Parts: sequence; C-alpha cells; structure tokens
Amino acid sequence: MGGALITAGRFIGPSNPNAEKNSPYECGFEAFEDARMKFDVRYYLVAILFIIFDLEIAFLVPWAVVLDSISPAAFGAMALFLFILVIGFIYEWKKGALEWE
Amino acid sequence: MDNFILLIVTILKIILIIVPLLIAVAYLTLAERKVIGSMQARVGPNRVGWRGLAQPFADLFKLLTKEVIVPSSSSRFLFLIAPVLSLAPAFAAWAVVPFSDGLVLADVNAGLLYVLAMTSLGVYGVIIAGWASNSKYAFLGAMRSAAQIVAYEIAMGFALIGVLMMSGSLNLSDIVRAQSGGIGHWFLLPLFPLAVVYFISGVAETNRAPFDVAEGESEIVAGFHVDYSGMAFAVFFLAEYANMIMIAALTAIMFLGGWLSPIDGFGDGFHWFLIKTSLMLFFFLWFRATFPRYRYDQIMRLGWKVFIPVTIVWIAVVGFAIYFNVGPWFQIRSI
Repeated sequence: MGGALITAGRFIGPSNPNAEKNSPYECGFEAFEDARMKFDVRYYLVAILFIIFDLEIAFLVPWAVVLDSISPAAFGAMALFLFILVIGFIYEWKKGALEWE
Repeated sequence: MDNFILLIVTILKIILIIVPLLIAVAYLTLAERKVIGSMQARVGPNRVGWRGLAQPFADLFKLLTKEVIVPSSSSRFLFLIAPVLSLAPAFAAWAVVPFSDGLVLADVNAGLLYVLAMTSLGVYGVIIAGWASNSKYAFLGAMRSAAQIVAYEIAMGFALIGVLMMSGSLNLSDIVRAQSGGIGHWFLLPLFPLAVVYFISGVAETNRAPFDVAEGESEIVAGFHVDYSGMAFAVFFLAEYANMIMIAALTAIMFLGGWLSPIDGFGDGFHWFLIKTSLMLFFFLWFRATFPRYRYDQIMRLGWKVFIPVTIVWIAVVGFAIYFNVGPWFQIRSI
C-alpha cells in the first residue's frame, strides 16, 4: 500500500527537477561535504548494551508465561539470573557507559 | 477452491481493518490540531467543510498533487523504499489486535511477541531514510532516533514481562480475558509502574513530543524526513500516526482491560476498546501541547537510569508476589 501511495504521488504530482531543488537540504548552501561522515561511538555503545538487555527479555518471556507451574529451583534460578543482571547493570552504570553528558 | 475462498475472506477482513484505520489516522491529525488549538486558546482548522471536518482530505489531496523530490546525491532505491518500510510494520501489527471478544484477524498464541517485533521493525524505515537522504540533518535525526528507540525498547520489553507474568499467556485476547472482573482486576492497578513506563516508552518509540529529538524542528529542521516531500512524506506521516494508535490500543489491551467494561459483565464490547484507545490518544496530544522537548542526554538518562531500574524492581516484586500467592491481585491466575 505504501508503494502504491508513493507511485501515485509520483504519477499525479508534477515533476520538473533542477539541480538546485535536488540538492540535499543544508541551510541554502551547497553541501560542504558528504553527509556519511564519522559519528559518535556512543551510538555503538548503546546498540551493544541493547543487545545484552534484549536477550535478557527474550530469556524472561518463556519463564514469565509458565510462572505458576514451575519448581522452586526454576524460580530461584531466574532470581539468581536477575541478580547477576543487576550486578552487570550497576557495573556499567558505575563505569559511566550510560553517561551522555 | 476452499483456499481461494479463505484468501478472499482474509483480504476482505484486512480491508475492514485497514480502511477504518486510515480514517482514524486522518481524523487523528485533525483531532491533534483541534485539541492543541483549544489548549493554546486557538480555534484550529475550521475552513474546509463543516467546522474543518474535511481538512484531512484537503491535506491528503494537496500532498498527492505535490512533487516527490528525490535528491540527486541520495541512494534512490533506499530513499523510495524507506517510507514503505516504516508503514508496512505499522499496519501489519494490527493483525493480532483483538477489537472485541473473538473480533481479531489472527488469534495467534505468540501475539505479544509479534507485536513487539513489528513495533521494533519501524526503526529500519527511519534509519534507512536518514542514511539514504545523504543529508546531515537527516543523518543526525536517524542516529538519534535509532539510539532512542533502542533504549526505550528495553524498558518496554521489561514492562511487557510484567503483563506476561500476570496473564500467563502471550495471546492478546487471553491477556484481556485475564483482566475480567471489573476495573479492580485490570492490570493497571497491580502493574501501575509498568503501565506508566510502557506508555511513556511508547511515546518515545513513536518519536512523539516531548521525545521528538529525531525530528526536532527547531534544531535539525525535520530530522530523518527533511528531504521527503509529497506522498513520500505523507507515507511517513501515516506510519507515525498509525503507530500512535497502535501504542494507545496496546496500552488499552494490556493495562486497561481492552474491550471489558469497568463494571463486571455490564456492556462489554468494542465501544469500550474504542473509548480507552481514544483516551490514551488524547494523552499523546496532551503531552505534545504541555511538555517542552527533552534534551537528548535527558532522554537517555530517563530511559537507562530511571525506567530500567524501575521495571527490574517491579518485575522482581510481581514475580515474588505471584509465586508466593500474595493477595489481593496475585492469588488467582484465571487462564
């Protein structure tokens, strides 16, 4: 549907391109350099931390669904797991990985 | 032949969901302008049609007749595919939403996982749009949006774990049924911190004010869709508003009892789902009219240092309460 809408827009709308109109927007100037430049390493850091926590969530889901029918050992194992997770979280907090000044 | 009929029926059902959704999106844009107008002591759009009621269609036809500009330095294919990639998951997620008891396109058992996957997929559209535009503003907007969505995704996931523990099922219809028995049995009360975290994360995930640094009109012009025009821009807009309605509907389903009436067994039905969803959508608009935009470091601090600790603690609390049968909410698990 999205494809159909854009195609409709390209057919119905006018099309008279020129060099000025088709240049990337940058405050009325010619673009100074290519926009695909280096960017801050902290974005990578956030992505890496995300992978860790997202796996925790994936691990918690099946446990949460069967919570009323599991043995105390299984319950304790998840408590221990969450405890280790929290220690890791405190560590990265103290290390300053979450700072974004 | 049977397969063919099934295909036709399914397509009809999809149209029955998509068309009202499109109308809802159209009138949400009008409602937004009217509500924010009232909050700022303005009138809002009132020229097209009776009291401005035809305004969304005027906007649509205007955008339809505008040129779709493809910047010369952009990656043409990615540039044009990005809006489609952000719209498709926004609509696909509606397949598992139960509008009323039994009124759902696909009553699948992994509904919640499917919804989580679909709402996360939307970020690809934003990243690809920012990258393909080859403009510095668009690139900045895409990077910000990616990191922000990723950070709030975690808080959102943890909030959903709480819902799972209470309902014992991934099926969205079962989650609603587990809340039956009047307003006191809705998950809003026992999971109140998680409900708040979920809704605010939802606002952040859809890049809405006060978390709209990905667009940030006053600092990076329009962020990731600065170079989009005409229908390509309209498709992004459509996806954003469809996602807003999605988050509002999910909050209604998971924390406000979906189609259930506040009084036990008294007039359950689609109208309650509609009322609850509209109420949550009103909160979206209210937030936008009330709060100034967060600074980016404040957003990251809120996501990582406030929401994640809160949700982890509450998951532990709910886990213990359910496992050791603490009343009044955690004793009976109906399904």
